Amino acid sequence: MTALKKIYQSLITKWQAITEYRFFLPAFFIVGLLFCIVVSCFDLMDQYIQLILMYIGINIILTVSLNLINGYMGEFSVGHAGFMAIGAYIASLLTIGVFPQSSGSFFFPLAVLAGGIGAALIGFLVAIPSFKTRGDYLAIVTLAFGMIVKSIIENIDAIGGPRGLLGMDKLSTLPWVFFWTALSVWIIRNLVYSNFGRGVLSIREDEIASDLMSVNTRQVKVIVFVVSSFFAGIAGGLFAHVLQYINPRMFDIIKSTDILIMVYLGGIGSIAGSILGAVIYTVLLEVLRPLGVWRMVFMPLMLVLLMIYRPRGIMGLRESRLFTPISDLLSMKFHRQKKEADNASS
Amino acid sequence: MIYILQQALNALQLGSIYALIALGYTMVYGILTMINFAHGDLFMVGAFFCFLIAVYLKLSFVPTLLLSMLGVASLGVIIERFAYKPLRNAPRVSAIITALGVGLFLENFTLALSPYPQHIPTLINSTTWNLGGVSVSSLQIIIIVLSLALMFILDFIVQRTKVGMAMRAISWDKTIVPLMGVPVNKIISLTFAIGTGLGGAAGVMYGLAYPVIDPYMGIMVGWKAFISAVVGGIGNIRGAMIGGFILGSVEIMVAAFLPSTYRDVVSFALLLILLIFRPYGILGKPHPQKV
Repeated sequence: MTALKKIYQSLITKWQAITEYRFFLPAFFIVGLLFCIVVSCFDLMDQYIQLILMYIGINIILTVSLNLINGYMGEFSVGHAGFMAIGAYIASLLTIGVFPQSSGSFFFPLAVLAGGIGAALIGFLVAIPSFKTRGDYLAIVTLAFGMIVKSIIENIDAIGGPRGLLGMDKLSTLPWVFFWTALSVWIIRNLVYSNFGRGVLSIREDEIASDLMSVNTRQVKVIVFVVSSFFAGIAGGLFAHVLQYINPRMFDIIKSTDILIMVYLGGIGSIAGSILGAVIYTVLLEVLRPLGVWRMVFMPLMLVLLMIYRPRGIMGLRESRLFTPISDLLSMKFHRQKKEADNASS
Repeated sequence: MIYILQQALNALQLGSIYALIALGYTMVYGILTMINFAHGDLFMVGAFFCFLIAVYLKLSFVPTLLLSMLGVASLGVIIERFAYKPLRNAPRVSAIITALGVGLFLENFTLALSPYPQHIPTLINSTTWNLGGVSVSSLQIIIIVLSLALMFILDFIVQRTKVGMAMRAISWDKTIVPLMGVPVNKIISLTFAIGTGLGGAAGVMYGLAYPVIDPYMGIMVGWKAFISAVVGGIGNIRGAMIGGFILGSVEIMVAAFLPSTYRDVVSFALLLILLIFRPYGILGKPHPQKV
């Protein structure tokens, strides 16, 4: 027992040392990207596992971006799949129709980006009227928005209507998904710890107080909503090119519920939590596949139990050291040492 | 003209079903300020209870309706007791997520038990009358009259009885009311029982009107009923009834004059437009945030 404790202690100190090392995350990014490129070029991994990894990446993007609204800002949005659908359709239409098929892989990032920008524009249109009042208003508006997007796509025959859209090449490869995932996590993490991000957090804690502290709450909310829908659009573009087939029913309310579950499973207001939530949910769904229909019975049951015994999710409102800024870590360390010194002297 | 009258009758039928479900949303919201997203699935469970009772017990319409309402009401109370009560002091969002989880559980559990759509046998031998060109079936009349009767009973309970007074008091102020000797837990359970029982009744009627039922039927109908509750002003019981009839008429009229695939787009767009001008619904009152 004591031996185990010792090992745990030494691991903790090592972990602290690693997280205080400035270049750990960039190094992790480069190594991971190289690893993904090597794996997908030389086909070192089972195709099925690669597919699961790509799904995990896409789900991480979705979860982290929804966490920005639901976790950090404390609003309740339920229409994330709608933005995903917009991104997926724009990106697929671009790669099928506009960009030359032969050099599709060069234009793929542009297509994904365009999908994100399209989703962000629509997000802007939704956000302007949604933040007139607080509370469940946003939930209702985004709910209606998700259903409107689905019905509109079903009614446009030129993009396949209810039959769906197919003919995309398999352009989403493991390195691309890794790149976009890392990029979105990086951007959202920096956004949260920026000056602007503090404003976002203050809205969650007390909107009136933050208004009095000269945070332009309306503007901050709109910007956060636009950023979040941008990343949902990007995830949609990637998703369409993994599956090579999309139809409007994929992006209905059940998909939005899935994303919500990942956010609240991992814990609100935590990037590490979102990543954990997306990974656990995606992997569990795959591992439990032999159970057939019953796995879909156990997943919600687990969610309910989790909510009853840990209402904030796995990492609720706590952040892994990996994603906290170095300055915060150092000041935390300084205060801890000072406290220990005080205790020792007294 | 006759066409419009005919559609108005259909609208009344659909609207009364929406209104019954919307009442469940609005009652739970009024008393707990929580959106019970599992309510649409309780409606689905009501239709499945109706199917089970009609096929295996071979009862007639009235006992089937009462038994289904009773079954769904007890299910609602059990869900409240085991899933929502532990979260009463947790952040509101956890309760909403729990409700989503309970809804998914009900859907998938029913799906695991009955993978194929089921067909409810005819419980009422419907006769169709022709009133000056408008065809009226006795089933439609029964659905409309029964739902109106249920709504009037509910309105009577809430406005005129002691229990109803307790419900209104709890939704007014949750901290003072227990000090006045109101058994809060019992009243909340009763609210859940009544609200989900009405949902179960709506499930039975929906099953009789559109006899093919499947485990996912509750999602769309449930969300639409929720939107009716919002249109009427969530938390307001009369508002939920009005909202249900409004949404039912809009849907039927859109389907009557436009291609029916535009039904959802138009009804949700109308919801958004309404919310821009009246953010608290038709009968809802704004509750400004106090510092």
